[in-house]
Order: sequence, then C-alpha cells, then structure tokens
Amino acid sequence: MTTKKNGQTIGFSNPPAVLGAAAVVGPKEGAGPLAGWFDVVKADRLLGMKSWEQAETKMVEEAVNLALAKAKVRHQDVDFFLGGDLLNQIVVTSFAARTLDVPFFGLYGACATVAEALALAAVLVDGGFAVNVALASSSHHDTAERQYRFPAEFGIQRPVTAQWTATAVGAAVVGPHGKGKVQVTHVTVGRVVDYGQKDPMDLGAAMAPAAADTIARHFEDTGRDPEAYDLILSGDLAAVGHPLCVELLERKGLRLDNRFVDCGLMLYDDTQEPVAGASGCGCSASVFAGYLFKNLEQGRFKRVLLVPTGALHSPTSCQQGESIPCVAHAVVLERSG
Amino acid sequence: MKATKEQADEYKRLVMRRSPRPAILRNALWAFGVGGTICAVGQFFLNLALLGGLPLTEAVPLVAGVMIAIGAALTGLGVYDRIGKRAGMGAALPITGFANSIASAAMEFRREGLLLGVGARLFTIAGPVIVYALAAGLVVALIRMLVSGPAGS
Amino acid sequence: MTLMSFVLAFVVGGLICVLAQLTLDLGTNLTPAHVMVLFVVLGAVASGLGLYEPLIEFAGAGASVPLPAFGHALVKGMLKGAAEKGLSGLLAGGLTGTALGLTVAILAGLAMALVARPKG
Repeated sequence: MTTKKNGQTIGFSNPPAVLGAAAVVGPKEGAGPLAGWFDVVKADRLLGMKSWEQAETKMVEEAVNLALAKAKVRHQDVDFFLGGDLLNQIVVTSFAARTLDVPFFGLYGACATVAEALALAAVLVDGGFAVNVALASSSHHDTAERQYRFPAEFGIQRPVTAQWTATAVGAAVVGPHGKGKVQVTHVTVGRVVDYGQKDPMDLGAAMAPAAADTIARHFEDTGRDPEAYDLILSGDLAAVGHPLCVELLERKGLRLDNRFVDCGLMLYDDTQEPVAGASGCGCSASVFAGYLFKNLEQGRFKRVLLVPTGALHSPTSCQQGESIPCVAHAVVLERSG
Repeated sequence: MKATKEQADEYKRLVMRRSPRPAILRNALWAFGVGGTICAVGQFFLNLALLGGLPLTEAVPLVAGVMIAIGAALTGLGVYDRIGKRAGMGAALPITGFANSIASAAMEFRREGLLLGVGARLFTIAGPVIVYALAAGLVVALIRMLVSGPAGS
Repeated sequence: MTLMSFVLAFVVGGLICVLAQLTLDLGTNLTPAHVMVLFVVLGAVASGLGLYEPLIEFAGAGASVPLPAFGHALVKGMLKGAAEKGLSGLLAGGLTGTALGLTVAILAGLAMALVARPKG
C-alpha cells in the first residue's frame, strides 16, 4: 500500500476515483439557486408514498441507482454500500439497503455523513478490499422535523438561528484509481468537538468549532495553503455558523477568503425563507453530488476541499441538558489531468 | 474534545456577539395583528352568544369551544402553520393555537397508528400546558381560599 | 355587536399576544411551548388576584380567547367547586370549568387525524 497517514489526514498515493454521482432533491431545493445541477427534482415531498420515511427511502434508492448508472457500474459489481441519514437507527438508509441488496455499512455522522462515507469508500478501494463502493447520505425535511422538532402542521415561528432541513439525497460510486477524472486524494478525519453550545435551534454555532478544528488540522497535516484550493466548502454552518467559523480560523492564523463558502448557504435563496440556511445529511451530499462533482468533472474546479459538519446530539440529550458534540470531516476532491 | 469552561464561556460570548437578533418590532406587530384578529373573531361569536341571551360566564366557555374547533379545522386545512410562521405567539397564544398544537400532533402521528400514534401523542405539546395550568391553578386557588375564605372568587 | 366590543377585543387580545412574543424574543432559550405554559400560569395567578374576570368583562374575547383564560377558568372552577362542595369540589372544579374546551380540543384533534394529512 502506498497510502500515507499524517496526523488526522490520510493521503492516497493512488487516489480512488469518484466514478459517478447523483443528487435527488425535493421541490424547495429544486427551486433554489442550484436547481440546474440536480439530477432529479421531485414535485412533492411525499412521492405518493404512505409516509415521509418511505418517500425518503425511495429517494435514496433512486439516487444510488442513478449514480450507479452514471458510473456505468452494474448492481452486481458493487462490493459495499455505505450510507446514513438523520433518523433513529438510520432506518431510511437501512431500508434502502434492503432493496439495493448489496453488503451494507450503516453510518451515522449526522450532516457530515457524506464525508464519512467518501472517506471510508476511498479507504476500502485504496486498501484493495473493494473495487466499487456505492454511498449515499440523505435527509428529508418532514422526517427530521417530526423526530427532532415539531409536527409539520404546528404553527411555530422558527428562531432566527434555526436552519431548514433539506429534502435531498446525494449518492456516489467510488472506484479504482484511474477509472474516473474526479479523485479523492486526501481525507482528514475530524475529532468530536464540543464547545458547550446547548441550543438545538442554533446548530451552526455549535458546529463551527468542529469545522474550524478539522480545517486547521487539514492544512497542518498536509502543509498546504488555502490557495491550493479553488473552493473550500463547509457543510451546513449557514448564516450563523459560517462567519463564526471564519473568525475561529482567523484566530488560528488561517484566512480562506472568498473561496470559503457553505453548502447551507447555497441551497436556497432568501425568498425561500430557510431562516439561517439549509441543513441535513442531504445538504452537503446533494451539493457534492450535484454541483461539486459536475463542476470538477467538467474541469471548472481543479481541486476543492469539502468539509461537511455534523451535530451529534439527540432530542433526548438536549432535553437532559447535555451540550452538543459536533464533528467535521474534510475530503479533498481533485480533477486529474 | 470537550472545551474547558473558560473556552466554552469565551465561545459563548463570541456567539452572542455574532448571532442575529430576532426582528422584535416586526414580530410584535405580527403578533399584535394576528392575535388581535383572532380575538376579534372570538368577539363575534361572544356577541352572538350574548345576543342569544347567554350570561357572560356561560358564553365564554362556549366561544372557547368554537374557537378551538376553528383552530383545529384550520390545522387540518394546512393553514395554521403558515399563520404561525409569521405571527409567532399571535397564533400560538390564542386558544386556537392550543387547538393547533393538539390537531397537528394528532395528524402527524396518525401514521404510527390510532392508539400509540394519535392517542398517545395528541398531547405532545399541549400536555405541559394542561399539567402546569392544573398545578398552578390548584396552588392559586388554595392561597386565595386561605386569604379570603372559600366563598371568594 | 357594538364596534367598540371588537376594537377592545382586538387591542387587548393583540397586546396579550405581543407580551408573549416579547417574552419569547427577549428571553433566553425559551420555546413557544415554554411561553404558553408561562402565560397559562400567569392567567391563573391573575385570576387569584381577582384581575382576570374584570378583564374579560372589559375586553370580552380579547381576554377570554388568549391562553391565560385557561388558567383563569381552572382557578375560577376550583374556587366555585370548593365553595359548593368543599375539597372534592376544589379538585373537580378545575376540569369542570374547562371541560367543554378540552373535550372539543381532543375530539377535534382526533377528527383531524382521521380526515386530514399533514402537508408539511
């Protein structure tokens, strides 16, 4: 094996390739600024199913199948399926895995799940344990609301710091080095960081220190400067968390400037009233599978750093007065040639 | 890693400094307009009941019942959450908001079945209101009786 | 049906809601559920102080429709029950005074669950 590990960062000498990716999103996401980059936009959030959970499961299945088709990888050639979502016992992804019928690792990294999946897929491929690894990360506004917050029809006013859970799935297929133009060259695995924030309606503020920690680690471990990247994307820090992250990074002596953007601020425009911005496992996953991957494939970006962030609380832990532990993983995506 | 108390406090100050503030004036205006309108609708039914010859003490609970039914119906029609998004406590505080909290929970958990979904979770939000209203009510009533005798009200 | 009754209901009811909104916006870590509970308790206290019934007589639905009226109705029912039947009246009176509203709320909620679906 030719892989190097330095600090928290794994660098692949023969970087595995992202063979294909697909984003399936709901109507609100499909009406936002990134609309043109998504592969499928659903007209409603229930998809004619009996429950929101069934609808989300259906979206995961569709996104994975689409990613496989784009990667030109047959079902029977998938070695592993990795994925996760926001629901208890990650039922959505597990149920989709039942349909996909391939060996399955269920992951939970909250909204950082897509990075966790990309990192592990790359490790599995680079280690020679797999040829093709499918992955997915999903969230659905209504399945998340009823678990974390309130019933859909409850007339609640969201606090200004609250974020809108995206109805979106991002799926991808990772395969051998050289098989595709977009490669996973490095992953920086984040530590769980907890700065004592307790407000589940202000997750951006809770996650910002985790994002800053992983980003600083990444530059330290790789010895790179921010200028090495065309774009650096945090996951879903949104309007509250993103400026906080900028400030925390500046305190560490890192200035990322205009290249530092946030998936949570890209999914909706202000007229869609996402309050502080988007969130959810599907937020960074759909921005990756829709916008980032296609821009890399078409050569508009050469090298990007994707840093999805996840808040690892539960309604129970918050009610018991625990602070919110958070994690962020960084993935370097690079266009070869 | 868990930040030390000093780190956490320092970060908390940064968050407080950087966090957006709620639009207090706009929220208050919305709450006033919508809350006031709901009460004016209630007044229409109250006036009807009074015109019909009911004494005020009987008309008040009757109007509460009518407003609760309206709140539940608007929830079923999918309207109340949109009102509440803007009006905040102007939609939540009137008795129609209480009805909304019950009807929305009942509708949301219908898919988990009539017993353990609807039946058990109907009071997810409204439950605390009833519990603490009863507890506070009893304390207040007892104090009132101690101060002015059982006949006072 | 005087115009004045509507104006009073609008203004007083609106002001009570504004107080609740300010509590929500200026308080730290309060959710609407906290404010609803707080205002029901405040209604009970105002009732105990003999303030709420006059407010209803003055503002009509402006005072009887907002949630503090629920706290007031409980206290009023408890005191009435206590005066009539002593301890058993005290304990039963609260829910007796609010039974109509609670019954309608529960049954209307059940009815909505049967006929309507959340739109999200």
